[in-house]
Amino acid sequence: MAKYILKRVAYMLLTLFLAATVTFFMMRSIPGDPLASMARKLPDQTKANFYAKYGLDKPLFEQYTIYMKGLIRGDLGESIVYPGRPVAQTILETSPISGLTGGIALTIGLVLGIGLGIISALYKNKLPDYIVTFIAILGITIPVFVMASLLQYLFSVKLGWLPTSGWGEPKHLVIPVICLTFGTIATYARYIKSSMLDVLNQDYIMTARAKGLSESQIISRHVMRNSLLPAITILAGRIVGIFTGAFVIEKMFSIPGIGFYYISSINSNDYSMTMGTTIFYAALFIVMQLVVDLVYTLVDPRIRLSDNK
Amino acid sequence: MEKILEVKDLRVSFNTYAGEVKAVRGVSFDLAKGETLAFVGESGCGKSVTAKSIMRLLQPPFVDIKETSQVLFNGEDVLKMDKKRLRNYRGNDVSMIFQDPMTSLNPTMTCGKQIMESLILHKNISKAEAREEAIKTLKLVKIPDAEKRMDEYPHQLSGGMRQRIMIAIALACSPSVLIADEPTTALDVTIQAQIIDLLRELRDELNTAIILVTHDLGVVANFADRIQVMYAGQVLERGTVDEIFYEAKHPYTWALLSSVPKLAKYNKQELYTLKGTPPDLILPLEHCPFAARCEFCMPICKERMPEETVLSDTHKVSCWLQHPNAPKVKSFYEREV
Amino acid sequence: MSTENISKDKFVIVGVEENEADKIARPHISYLQDVWRRFKENKLALFALILLIVLVFLVAFGPAISGYEFEQVDKAARNQFPSSTHWFGTDKLGRDLFARVWQGGRVSMMIGLVGACVTSVAGCLYGGVSAYFGGIVDDVMMRIVEIIISIPYLIVVILLSVVMQSKSLFTLIFAMTITGWCGTARLVRGQMLQLKSQEYVLAAQTLGVSPWKIITRHMLPNTLSVVIVSITFDIPGYIFSEAFLSYIGLGVQSPNTSWGALAASAQANFTFYPFQLFFPAIMIALTMLSFTLLGDGLRDALDPRLRK
Repeated sequence: MAKYILKRVAYMLLTLFLAATVTFFMMRSIPGDPLASMARKLPDQTKANFYAKYGLDKPLFEQYTIYMKGLIRGDLGESIVYPGRPVAQTILETSPISGLTGGIALTIGLVLGIGLGIISALYKNKLPDYIVTFIAILGITIPVFVMASLLQYLFSVKLGWLPTSGWGEPKHLVIPVICLTFGTIATYARYIKSSMLDVLNQDYIMTARAKGLSESQIISRHVMRNSLLPAITILAGRIVGIFTGAFVIEKMFSIPGIGFYYISSINSNDYSMTMGTTIFYAALFIVMQLVVDLVYTLVDPRIRLSDNK
Repeated sequence: MEKILEVKDLRVSFNTYAGEVKAVRGVSFDLAKGETLAFVGESGCGKSVTAKSIMRLLQPPFVDIKETSQVLFNGEDVLKMDKKRLRNYRGNDVSMIFQDPMTSLNPTMTCGKQIMESLILHKNISKAEAREEAIKTLKLVKIPDAEKRMDEYPHQLSGGMRQRIMIAIALACSPSVLIADEPTTALDVTIQAQIIDLLRELRDELNTAIILVTHDLGVVANFADRIQVMYAGQVLERGTVDEIFYEAKHPYTWALLSSVPKLAKYNKQELYTLKGTPPDLILPLEHCPFAARCEFCMPICKERMPEETVLSDTHKVSCWLQHPNAPKVKSFYEREV
Repeated sequence: MSTENISKDKFVIVGVEENEADKIARPHISYLQDVWRRFKENKLALFALILLIVLVFLVAFGPAISGYEFEQVDKAARNQFPSSTHWFGTDKLGRDLFARVWQGGRVSMMIGLVGACVTSVAGCLYGGVSAYFGGIVDDVMMRIVEIIISIPYLIVVILLSVVMQSKSLFTLIFAMTITGWCGTARLVRGQMLQLKSQEYVLAAQTLGVSPWKIITRHMLPNTLSVVIVSITFDIPGYIFSEAFLSYIGLGVQSPNTSWGALAASAQANFTFYPFQLFFPAIMIALTMLSFTLLGDGLRDALDPRLRK
């Protein structure tokens, strides 16, 4: 087990390193150079200083080692569009906002998704199943920005119950969270339903029935655990889904989260910011995936104890 | 002898897209206290379905047990039990072990908990007491390190050990009837013998009646009291072990017996092979189901169903060869011996 | 009924008639017929298939039906609501939305189809090679996939779109498929390995059937069903991703358009001209819906384990 964890962590570090390297060289391979559009209008001397400031006057490989060293220290350089603002600081300040919205959305999505999935499996081919399937289909088929537009129009413009956009009060969170949560509800409802139906067909359910357990005891003691455990594995995917959904949502609702800055850095050609944030996202997801995998390994006895045999 | 279980005219159908598949077609038998009855037949002959029907484990709407069928446990009709009584009946009065111990145990629950579960359910005892009982049962089924095994998960055990756990679960509440549905099919040959020995010992010790479902006559020979040979959802011949092994009257029973390899003989003779496959159970089969594959088939066999001929108190056979007008034939099984 | 007086000639032994013993009572159903039977039973999937056919038809012939060119600007008819002249209304440059929605559909569907085909072919090849050679080759190839897959898909696509500067359709599909094949590769490899160890493949091997025949007769047909299902889920995935990219300004560029781009540009004026968002959004939703239901139906229909 310890060996497995070590191996996974080693792979994770390798992946992180590769991701950072690839991102660096790709960003540097952009035709011209990152500062070209900015520097065009500047006098030569200022231009040279400007390049020196971002280390772009050095050979490519040296730039790379400098960047990687900085990365280890948590230094991602400075923003190009907003000189003097370290990228790492922006990430540090804005990510908790995204984390909060995403966290709430994920929690609600998990609770509702799992609950609806269970209902749908238990009432298979009956009205509740159809309703849940309908909700799940909506969550999967409607793009998040369309959903956001509709909700914004309904609750803010027509009914005037909630603010159209902004940040700071709980009421600002309502529509963004609903939008972000839909995908998770849909994914989990579908997954749990099929997982439960699968477990219900297993031989050990017949054993449980032969023991004399009631259907509700069978569900709570034998079906639940076995169908919920594998659902942990798709959690990493949902976290990614919520964070990428936040790119759109934060922009639409002017939430000062990291997704908002990421998208504006792309639109304003702020390369150092884009590069820093990309590496941050990649790192975040890679770590998340490892955590989720390790948690799964720990809670599922089939995997946890497989080395001991 | 006192009858503990009586099955009368059991008829079970599966509803499929192609129509109604009649898997069990009027099976009747009874089981006395402490007795061992074996169902023998090829795959798909309805022996497993019969066993599961006794536990009422087949779920509607795909499975349909006919209204006129009766499964009487101590005179009480299992098929008419309400939910509560049925739950008490399952596991406590009659319990069952299944073919594949790999898939029949919950992979995420410790073996101990799976045994304790039925004890707590039926015996109304505390967790600590249930644990004690479970350990006792594990020792009963000869699992070494019983205390340690309690907290292990099924995948940590070998196939034979898992089947012992299954037996422990089934016997935990000392039921009066144990149904063993091909309990050794998925196991290695050496382990098979151990499991059968264990079942025999437990039966003698606990005086549990056993219904053994199997396609392996070798397993039955020195374990069962009576045998019932099934084919296409019907019982073709029934009798004590001796009657079936030495005085069999049905060509199908002969065929089954002839296809068992005999170690004692140094013969190089080829094993008997029964040609063809059992009839599709979607057919109505108004005549003898074995007619199409029978060496001794007569015109009447393809017209009408033979009635059961009583040869002794225990030995009964459904075959037109028993009719007074039928020619006297000698079993090819006997010819060989 | 008495059996005493049955005539004697009924009791003459005739024995086994060779042909009869193996008689098969049920009509023989081939695999594909069985798949189609199960698919038909799933009314939702059937509905999805019909919906999809209608959508494809409209996407193919819609622009011609409209009577307008999709990039034809009409300053006199800006932001018009749906009417008999402009069925879906016009956009802020006065372009006919009915024409644009179907034109956008062509682009969206093409992205979906091409994307799914590229990833399936690449994934099948990679997964097949990995499973075929096994051992160290398989190990290394799968490690590479694991590394690529652990970097979120959209991040890769965004990064590539930023880096490649050009915003042509080709660039877009390239960016979307560069890592998209990993999932298919894993799927194909898993299926292949499972099949490889299956008894009937082992039996074929011991009987001396050539590897080529084993691959074409046993492996491919059985893997194909998995791949087909994954394609039906990939197509809407790409359409969705493209819509997302268009929204953040990295998708299809004007004057060409896609459903995502249409919806994205309509979103700003949604309060005033909701129809501009409504039509492309409903098309995305309907396409997603039909592919998802179709995929579900196909998966259930193709799964031989459910064969009854």
